[in-house]
Amino acid sequence: MLELATISLLNGIVYGLLLFMLSSGLTLIFSMMGVLNFAHASLFMLGAYCSWQLGRWVGFWPAILLAPLLCGLIGAAIERYGLRRVHGRGHVAEILFTFGLAYIIEEVVTMIWGRNAVANGVPSAIDFPLFTVFGTQFPAYKGLMMAISVAMFVFLYLMLQRTRIGLVIRGALTHPRMVAALGHDVPGVFVLVFAIGSALAGLAGVIGGFMLLTQPTLAHVVGPIVFVIVVLGGLGSLAGALIASMLIGILQTFAVAIDYSLLDALRALGIAVTRGSPWYDVAAIKVATAAPMIPYLLLVLMLIVRPRGLLGTRDA
Amino acid sequence: MTDAGVAAPSLGGRTTHAHGARDRRVWLAVAVLVVVLPHAPGLTTDFGRSLLTQMGIAIVFALSYNVLFGETGLLSFGHAVYFGLGGYAAIHCMRAINHGLPLPMPFVPLAGAAGGLVCGLAFGALTTRRAGTIFALISLGVGELVYAATFLLPGLFGGEEGITASRTRALALPGLDLGSQLQVYYVVAAWALVSAAAMRAFTRTPVGRLCNAVRDNPERVQFVGYDPQRIRFIAFAVAGLFAGVAGGLHALNYEIVAADAVGAQRSGSVLVMAYMGGTGSFAGPVVGAIVLTWLETSLSAYTSAWLLYVGLIFIAIILFAPAGLWGIVAMHAPILHTRALRRVLARYAVALLPGAIMVAGAAALIEMSYRLSTQRELGSVVKLGPLALDASTPVPWIAGAAMLVGGLVLLRISARFVAVAWQAATLEARGGGAP
Repeated sequence: MLELATISLLNGIVYGLLLFMLSSGLTLIFSMMGVLNFAHASLFMLGAYCSWQLGRWVGFWPAILLAPLLCGLIGAAIERYGLRRVHGRGHVAEILFTFGLAYIIEEVVTMIWGRNAVANGVPSAIDFPLFTVFGTQFPAYKGLMMAISVAMFVFLYLMLQRTRIGLVIRGALTHPRMVAALGHDVPGVFVLVFAIGSALAGLAGVIGGFMLLTQPTLAHVVGPIVFVIVVLGGLGSLAGALIASMLIGILQTFAVAIDYSLLDALRALGIAVTRGSPWYDVAAIKVATAAPMIPYLLLVLMLIVRPRGLLGTRDA
Repeated sequence: MTDAGVAAPSLGGRTTHAHGARDRRVWLAVAVLVVVLPHAPGLTTDFGRSLLTQMGIAIVFALSYNVLFGETGLLSFGHAVYFGLGGYAAIHCMRAINHGLPLPMPFVPLAGAAGGLVCGLAFGALTTRRAGTIFALISLGVGELVYAATFLLPGLFGGEEGITASRTRALALPGLDLGSQLQVYYVVAAWALVSAAAMRAFTRTPVGRLCNAVRDNPERVQFVGYDPQRIRFIAFAVAGLFAGVAGGLHALNYEIVAADAVGAQRSGSVLVMAYMGGTGSFAGPVVGAIVLTWLETSLSAYTSAWLLYVGLIFIAIILFAPAGLWGIVAMHAPILHTRALRRVLARYAVALLPGAIMVAGAAALIEMSYRLSTQRELGSVVKLGPLALDASTPVPWIAGAAMLVGGLVLLRISARFVAVAWQAATLEARGGGAP
């Protein structure tokens, strides 16, 4: 039991930190620009593909730097030539633009790399056991991922709260005219924010690519869950996103390990539900199979109990 | 913009009485068209009639979406939930009819409507507490939740394989056994007309007007003494009801409802339909539903890249024509009777050439890339109209790229000339139109 709990907890933390990597860039873009970027998961996917492609050309370590850089450049171009055009028409136009972009990126990825998954395995440079718990080896790439995820949090927090550029970025969100009047390039700040957010998505993609399957549907797989995290954590709250990621990561990992259903629980209490009962189907659902629903159930529950999210301070 | 949401732009400025008379004429013309269409040349095949049936279903679905988005300003990424759950309600109703329930089969969409309404009320009570971005996110979450749930309850939803029923095994109605696609078409068309008329009527009710007010300025609505949350809830329930009708028609047409009916892809496609046609007018979503259904069925027969083309069209509309396809057409109403119209049309014709060159170049590049990445087994020669392009040689790639870039440059130049002619025409319309 202790063994199961320890390993599940460890895996949960790993999964949670991966989710945080994914959502940190989105949180940054949302909190600083108010744009809900539907193409964020697509940039994550582009990061995975770019790192695989570049890894084949120049090796893994350069690729881990170049792929996020490339995603950042793509993000900057998206902001400069797309989002800026629709910015004046409000948030709905921005959301729809990124929504359409997600479609296009998926198809472009298919166009370049095909419909099947590419063989994006763990590079040999980071594929060795870091330590052993209860006879299970903990691979080094998971350790690297955890380190990068924590570094992302620290970097974003310090950049926004402790630096001059962070001050300008925060000012540009609430008082764009004043910040512009003080001589700062507000549109330039937006390009920068979007580029950093995209680069973070790309970096998450580099690591997430070999933990998940690198194929054109990757964006669909991770997209919705990232939005759940952003809402749960409180829109635009970085610390909230971290907590929400860990919560979902750990809950889901534990749920997958629980092979019991409501039926078993009732049986233990001495209540037998027969096959003919109308609720048999519902009661027979195993916790493990219901695991994919947990994030969305949490979302709905959060909405009822506390609509602004865990650490949210404002209503959108 | 405030009025465009409720009245077709071409009707602006007339009295309410003339409004009604003209509206009745339009509806009558549409009804006649709907009756004649399946006998038009080219549409008499089962394929043609099936296409028309699908368009009818899509129109109801897109219009129901616009009650939310265009009328009330609620951007939903999970509208397929009400389509799909309505569809499931309908298919279970059809199974009951198969087992002897004495209900005529053409009334099955009522079960869909009930299913859509119940789900709309249940989820709407929860989700319409918020508007704007949060609502969009929550609708997405609810969509994912329901999609995941369909796999957990195989008895109710049938999982990936879905639930099937027969539309012919029922109480026999004289002359209406739903055996042929033509009969299915007429049933769908009748429901589509009734639903469209009902939704049009809804936008004219005080509640419908309040929906527009909530979209444009919720604070003021609250100040006047109405509850925006309640109005959003009503709009949501109405949208759910008609999405359920569309789902019921879907069940009737395909005799199967599976998990994909509630999926994110369908939610996305109804959003694209409504926006592509134009959410600012009643006709917009209808046009969008027709165009997207046609693209889905015809384009996908020619190319595996059809989703990319749809995505590109969608992005182009967001960037350059936010009023949608119908908005572009309606834009010309004020200059329809000016002499400058001819000059505008002539400039359009001139701009069409570089546009066509650009599209051809892009299509060549896209098709060749797709062939190499997804269908290598078919060889490297891509047939594009009369041309056979060998993707393994550099010439078609260079030619395609040159056409794309050259067409784009020429299009930008000719767009300037169009703009000049357009300005002259609007000036003339304004000068000559005033009494």
